[in-house]
Amino acid sequence: MRWRPQRWKPTASKKPPAMTTAVANATDARGSGPVPAPRGSRSTAPRGRRRLVTALIFLAPALFLLGVLIGYPVVYSVWRSLFDASGRNFVGGANYVTMFTDPATFIAIRNNVIWVIVAPITCTVLGLIFAVLMNRITWATAFKLIVFMPMAISMVASGVIFRTLFQENPDLGAVNAGLVAVHDAFSGGAAYPGARPRADNTTLVGTGGAVESATTVHTGQSQDFPLVGILGDTVPAAAADAVPAKSASGTEITGTVWLDFVKGGGGVNGQLGDGKKGLPGIEVDAIDSNGAVVASTRTGNDGTYVLSGLKAGDYRIGLPASNFAASYSGVSWLGPTLVTAVIILAYVWIWAGFAMVMIASGLSAMDVSLQEAARVDGASEWQVFRRITAPLLSPVLIVVFITLIINVLKIFDLVYVIPPGSSLPDATVIAVQLWTVSFGGGNDQGLGSALAILLLVLVLPFMIINVRRFRMEREQ
Amino acid sequence: MTAPAGIVTAKRGVAGRILDFFGKGVVNIVLVIVAVFWLVPTIGLFLSSLRSSVDNSHSGWWTVFTRPAQLTIENYSNLLGNAQFMGSFLNTIEITVPATVLVVVIGALAGYAFAWIRFPGRDWLLVVVIVLLAVPLQVSLIPIAKLYGDIGLFGSVVGVILFHTAYGLPFAIFLLRNFFTQIPGEMLEAARIDGAGEWRIFSRIILPLGLPAIASLSIFQFLWTWNDMLVALIFTNATSQPVTVAIQSQLRQFGANIDILSAGAFLSMIVPLVVFFAFQRYFVSALLAGSTK
Repeated sequence: MRWRPQRWKPTASKKPPAMTTAVANATDARGSGPVPAPRGSRSTAPRGRRRLVTALIFLAPALFLLGVLIGYPVVYSVWRSLFDASGRNFVGGANYVTMFTDPATFIAIRNNVIWVIVAPITCTVLGLIFAVLMNRITWATAFKLIVFMPMAISMVASGVIFRTLFQENPDLGAVNAGLVAVHDAFSGGAAYPGARPRADNTTLVGTGGAVESATTVHTGQSQDFPLVGILGDTVPAAAADAVPAKSASGTEITGTVWLDFVKGGGGVNGQLGDGKKGLPGIEVDAIDSNGAVVASTRTGNDGTYVLSGLKAGDYRIGLPASNFAASYSGVSWLGPTLVTAVIILAYVWIWAGFAMVMIASGLSAMDVSLQEAARVDGASEWQVFRRITAPLLSPVLIVVFITLIINVLKIFDLVYVIPPGSSLPDATVIAVQLWTVSFGGGNDQGLGSALAILLLVLVLPFMIINVRRFRMEREQ
Repeated sequence: MTAPAGIVTAKRGVAGRILDFFGKGVVNIVLVIVAVFWLVPTIGLFLSSLRSSVDNSHSGWWTVFTRPAQLTIENYSNLLGNAQFMGSFLNTIEITVPATVLVVVIGALAGYAFAWIRFPGRDWLLVVVIVLLAVPLQVSLIPIAKLYGDIGLFGSVVGVILFHTAYGLPFAIFLLRNFFTQIPGEMLEAARIDGAGEWRIFSRIILPLGLPAIASLSIFQFLWTWNDMLVALIFTNATSQPVTVAIQSQLRQFGANIDILSAGAFLSMIVPLVVFFAFQRYFVSALLAGSTK
């Protein structure tokens, strides 16, 4: 698991002094090569200079590339951000003012704030939960691989994945397909948006989207509902030819709901036959004189229904408006309001694995004797976690959190790939805006440079934390 | 669950075991659900890539479970026969391999200097490297685009390679230096006694002993470069673009041609996934070394 050679712990800085002198003497005697004198021996100026030269030979390629491709650009960006789009006119801080006043860049900055608040904490918390729970299952290795795997995939590929997953059309996007399935399972059956009785039908009335019998119906009688206003195509494939309902007993009211329309013409309005289709799955209610629904059922494939268990009396028979509301087609995930949430979800899908792996390694490196002792003393699992594991883990958690914040500040690919063009302006972040204004058509590299410097400034506190951490580790 | 007193132990033991059983059951169920959530997106992409464009524009990938007959490798054979896509695939390799090798070589040289040559100003220079670790690469885009334009590197693979190398270096130096300092000093001193010069020590002792760290770094840098889009998006043109840029431009232009997109995305994922599964432990080591001490 870990390549770090722990057995090499006695590092150079702690080498025995006797050895040092021996080596120094030996090398002096030979007088060969650019040998760096060990610490504590005569460190004369020429020696130091020679070591500097040797070091520079080893460092030269790195220093050159770092200087040209990172060092110089930082300086140039600061300078460039003080000039306008053409690069010729000095504008001072104008680009920085524009950055916060221009609606597009302001949205980008606002979205970055949302990202920094939501994404790192979500990833860290999920990673912590996964890492802790993972210890209790036998298939931990498989689980780890599954959750960690998105780290290997490019953000472009992940973007394609999430864009397809969250497509609006429920026939294509898996998430909306799932939502529609769940919705239909609870609200039940097919919907017939716009279905209504014919205008000349006197036995039925349409009220507020619902359809009701015009008069009350006595138990033992029947009430038919010939409806129009929907296309033959919207009738489910399962629909059978409508048939007259069986005659009702004393506690029942029966009837048929059908599409009173024959493709290609023919048939008699309001009469069954001629291949008219029943409308399956329509809710039919019996409503008493107080307006309360006392019985409810759904039509079968041939459009017939039986309301049973009624006390003898008169009821109004109604088809509630829910039958005729437009069918539920899911959520517009990639629209302006939700697109950022979807992109952050994609980010969490990728980076929760990182947090999990880091935290899991922190957990496995932990000395468990404290936890054991606490358990012996009767502490509950939650107390053990809350009082011992979590505090011991906090250095790892902080590292994960900081790494994620730095990473989130620079987020580009996912935001560039997932939103369709129409909602990109609402999803944009600083890095995407930087690209847009300086390369993607805006051609204002002054404003672009100002955005780059903003990114740099935002990362600055974490650079300082990194340096501090490094210094502290060295002092240990 | 151990308790001090005998009777209590027995009682708790049974109760604890029952609790454990339910606890484990719940944990298992929760983690199975999580695993499914993590797997479904990728599986969906894979199944989409195995369906024709007509099927993909009319129904979702989950219909393959009820109609397996729609599966086809048509998209893949189309892509493999598409010169432009295969060209972008080659470009990805042409960018990734040199960028990885350069980072390892240059990073190892510098890492050795930081670990074992005591030159004046070393600590300060190391702090600079650590500061550079967090510099967002976006800062370099505008200045380097101008620089590359001036010296004729714009649109070339070389420019992208150098850019990735530079931004991979701070991490490489940091990681390798940390590892190299743990190599026992006695070995180096012994080599010096035998008259070995710095170069010889570097190539004969440091590099072989540092191989685990070098492997970690290579895997990390390889995946990072392979998966990059932003740098290539700016510095390459239509003939030098890598596969990530090719995919995103398809997405931009047509949006809904999921058959090509999914097959292309999946092809672009195969190499990193193989590398990832084969060398997972090295990748993890690199992550650990990069952030924890």
